[in-house]
Amino acid sequence: MSIFGFQFRPKKAATAQTAKERLQILLAHERADTAAQDIMPLLQRDILEVIRRHMRIDGDAVDIRMERDDDRSSLEINIELPGARALSAQVRR
Amino acid sequence: MGKTTTSAAISAGLAKRGLKTVVIDFDVGLRNLDLIMGCERRVVFDFINVIQGDAKLKQALIRDKRLDNLWVLPTSQTRDKDALSREGVEKVLDELKKEFDYIVCDSPAGIEKGAQLAMYFADEAIVVTNPEVSSVRDSDRVLGLLNSRTRRAEQSGQEPVKAHALLTRYDTGRVARGEMMTVEDVLEILAIPLLGVIPESPAVLRASNVGTPIVLDEPSKAGAAYEDAVARLVGEQVEIRIEPNERPGFFQRLFKRTA
Repeated sequence: MSIFGFQFRPKKAATAQTAKERLQILLAHERADTAAQDIMPLLQRDILEVIRRHMRIDGDAVDIRMERDDDRSSLEINIELPGARALSAQVRR
Repeated sequence: MGKTTTSAAISAGLAKRGLKTVVIDFDVGLRNLDLIMGCERRVVFDFINVIQGDAKLKQALIRDKRLDNLWVLPTSQTRDKDALSREGVEKVLDELKKEFDYIVCDSPAGIEKGAQLAMYFADEAIVVTNPEVSSVRDSDRVLGLLNSRTRRAEQSGQEPVKAHALLTRYDTGRVARGEMMTVEDVLEILAIPLLGVIPESPAVLRASNVGTPIVLDEPSKAGAAYEDAVARLVGEQVEIRIEPNERPGFFQRLFKRTA
């Protein structure tokens, strides 16, 4: 309530708005690709298969992270290569 | 009842004390722990992917951004509880046991497969109850299952699962007016030790709105009550404090009196 420009009850950070926005982003993703959860293992398998055609890698050495945002999502795939130093030396040549 | 809120608060409370903690969502198909923990946008693989061998455990574990020794294992939103198997759960828990001081299993409501598997391998159980008839009755049923359908109950020579009661949404005003059962009433019926009493508090909704476990959010009576409960869980002697709810303001009291 505001009378004469004074705020009687100091406005607290509106967390309800945060809740709504978090849900909107999450549900937009969930409704759009219900099966997305199950795409991940397949995607991982395919990526590994392609890389294995060219070099030997360990299934344990794969790290996949995802960051979902309002306008953009990113998928980060880190693959640890065995004997990285030797391999990078090869690449440089 | 507040099982997920409690799982988030207890696990964050343990991690805050320096204990390496992981919290697992057992509510397959209705995943919500990630939302309460605020890591819903970082879920890639889940508990079910790990059980079915589609992902490694360390790929599915999500590290909390606030506390270094707190990790979340989300469940699947697309599968159902039949994707869980006792052997699969045991394998994951055995692997986690090697690394973590505490494994907190967030059980779904009810007494079906998800809840049964969440309790099956437990050493201790926190039974979250509201001072409300149906909630207390359900808790009594769950206590019966803890004493019969767990590994500790089935293997001879083992101590039973250590069960604690945690009362949530406790409203001292309504207790005083005789509208709500007291802590003593509930404990008399359930006959298990009390881990803590969490007062009804607007801070709980606030924390879930922003995806922060209540013990990591702004100081609140509910948060403090959870921290006390965690202290008792790790064996400290902390006196039970039953906090009154937020006192109504002067005008509210005035109007109530005249009304």
